[in-house]
Amino acid sequence: MRPLTYLACALLVMGLAFWAYRENYRTQAALGEMSQVQREIAQLREDLGVLRAEWAYLNRPDRLRELVDLNFDRLQLIPREAGQVMDLGHIDYPRPPAPPEAQAESSDNPAALQE
Amino acid sequence: MIRIPLRPLARILRARERGENPDAIEAENRRLRHEAIQDKARRRAEGRLALMASLFVLGFGVVGVRMGALASSDPIEPQSEVMSAQIVSQRADITDRHGRVLATNLLTHSLYAHPHQMVDPVGAARGLARIFPDLDGDKLLRDFTGSRKFMWIKRKMSPEQMQAVHDLGEPGLLFGPREMRVYPNGHIASHILGGSGFGNEGVDSAEVLGVAGVEKAFDGWLRDPANEGAPLQLSIDLAVQAAMEQVLASGMEVMSAKGATGILMEIGSGEILAMASLPDFDPNDRPRPLLKGDPSDSPLFNRAVQGQYELGSTFKIFPVAQALDLAIINPNSGINTTSPMRIGKYRINDFSNYGPQLSATDVIVKSSNVGTVRIAQMIGVERQKAFLQKLGFFDPLPIEMVEAPTGKPLVPTRWPAVTAATVSFGHGLAASPLHLAAAYATVANGGRKVTPTLIHGRTRPEGEQILSERAAARAVDMLRQVVTRGTAKQAEVEGYEVAGKTGTADKPRPSGGYYDNKVVSTFASVFPASAPKYVMIVTLDEPSVTGPGGESRTAGATAAPVASAIIRRLAPLVGLEPVTDEKLPVIAPRFAPRVEPQPGDALKVSANQ
Repeated sequence: MRPLTYLACALLVMGLAFWAYRENYRTQAALGEMSQVQREIAQLREDLGVLRAEWAYLNRPDRLRELVDLNFDRLQLIPREAGQVMDLGHIDYPRPPAPPEAQAESSDNPAALQE
Repeated sequence: MIRIPLRPLARILRARERGENPDAIEAENRRLRHEAIQDKARRRAEGRLALMASLFVLGFGVVGVRMGALASSDPIEPQSEVMSAQIVSQRADITDRHGRVLATNLLTHSLYAHPHQMVDPVGAARGLARIFPDLDGDKLLRDFTGSRKFMWIKRKMSPEQMQAVHDLGEPGLLFGPREMRVYPNGHIASHILGGSGFGNEGVDSAEVLGVAGVEKAFDGWLRDPANEGAPLQLSIDLAVQAAMEQVLASGMEVMSAKGATGILMEIGSGEILAMASLPDFDPNDRPRPLLKGDPSDSPLFNRAVQGQYELGSTFKIFPVAQALDLAIINPNSGINTTSPMRIGKYRINDFSNYGPQLSATDVIVKSSNVGTVRIAQMIGVERQKAFLQKLGFFDPLPIEMVEAPTGKPLVPTRWPAVTAATVSFGHGLAASPLHLAAAYATVANGGRKVTPTLIHGRTRPEGEQILSERAAARAVDMLRQVVTRGTAKQAEVEGYEVAGKTGTADKPRPSGGYYDNKVVSTFASVFPASAPKYVMIVTLDEPSVTGPGGESRTAGATAAPVASAIIRRLAPLVGLEPVTDEKLPVIAPRFAPRVEPQPGDALKVSANQ
């Protein structure tokens, strides 16, 4: 019995050692991958910053104003004026086409059409 | 230690007498001694075992507790704290209230040289002079062939220039990364943003420091890594700011003014939507400050915050509002306006003679100096001073710009009767247009103090009530009548119920006294009068306009029409709809739209502060 226990213990220790070794290398690989990802994030963030700066630069009010002036024949844009915006409640929307099954139902009921 | 002898003489003699074997005694004693030694050794060994066992238990216990802690806690990334500092750029962006970028960073490179490593200094100097036209080739050659070991050539350069320097193939020319501050909108909001420059410079990086404006006031916050790159959100609206600068610039040209200021501020929150000061500059290429002469001639001078102007008749509403609050007068009280009025050896005149008596409302509507002085005299010097102090006219504004303390109003040190009289109609006390905006906002805010700010969405304590709501509403009503039937008829914008007061003040000469033909004309307005939401100040420096009646410099003919143009343009942009008499039919919806919010629809916004 005793030699068997010793053997089992030795095998267990070897197994654990192997697991710890593997785990150590896996952690190091994960750390390497992590720093790679971090570098990539930094790079992407930098690109994002450049793109945001370019977007802001291309959309600067002075340039948009110039473009509007250049393309006045086609766009005919002028500064927004008072009274061009109104409440949704004042707009008479057309009734949307009813879904097919509701159509069949409403044809039975003439009151619904006159609404 | 007492050692027991193995063969005690007394016992041996006694044993010999009895004929016993004395060796037995020795054996007995030896046995006892060995037993004692054994006991001692066992105790020691047991102690060591216990120590070892406790050390093992401790060791395994520590490992076990650590393992338990690791297993039960959330997994975190090791090294992340070291790395993330490099990910986030070193200076946060500045955005407007809708998140549009006002200032951001770009990575560029700087160029430096190690002349001792150069292969062909002559070719390098010639090549650099060709790539950078602003560099002097002969000077570079002298530096490269001299005894220098290190020299900066360019602080920042474009990628194309960098490639051209690469193509020179000179090993003694080296690049260092540089983060550079960019203001993509150019001169828009330049005075608010200020500008930036390099601080401590090294080969690998350089500090970017704010030089003026918001950049400098929030320098610590913008560079604080704890904010994780969250942008600084200003209360400025880029579209409104750009439109205001455009309209103000054309107004300045039409009125042939030297400078102009416009401020648009939300009354309830004190947030500044747009603040322009012309002439302005490009913060990407900030001009050098003037070393001599009048600082207000430099484009760097922010008239809205740093300018100290006697703001003229726009001040008249303050003594009138205070008198209404103290119930000394009501809007219909008759005020003696016999002109000229004498205080000591000084005479106070009106622009034209308004007869012996005007109602309090007409004193404001017709802008009578004499009437205002009479009302101020009813209030008394002490109460007048205390009220102006509460409105903030004695201290610099707590606005988030480094220039704010330089805009401390010029307040007379002594207040004799004549000073009290002139201050009541806006002469003798010089304040910035922003002070005036804050004071008008306070009156229009139902008398609750408004403190201007440049930061969007900051929660701040509610202001102190310094004027009763009734008096404040009556004062706004008087201001409305100035526009409908008074000195500011040109400021009317249909539907927006502009209420305001004009002010024309002679400019003081640096040598003392006042110029005859140079004025600062101001129009301070509040709109819409029925429920004031915005305050707008327009100040023109030395305007003059030639109309059908000859040359005019009054604010009613210069600042008021410019203000009307700005309100006409900006009010739709800030989403203010005109009040009209036209009644639109309200149509009941013919169907109920089925709009179900999707689970991922909520907008995530990074909170400011």
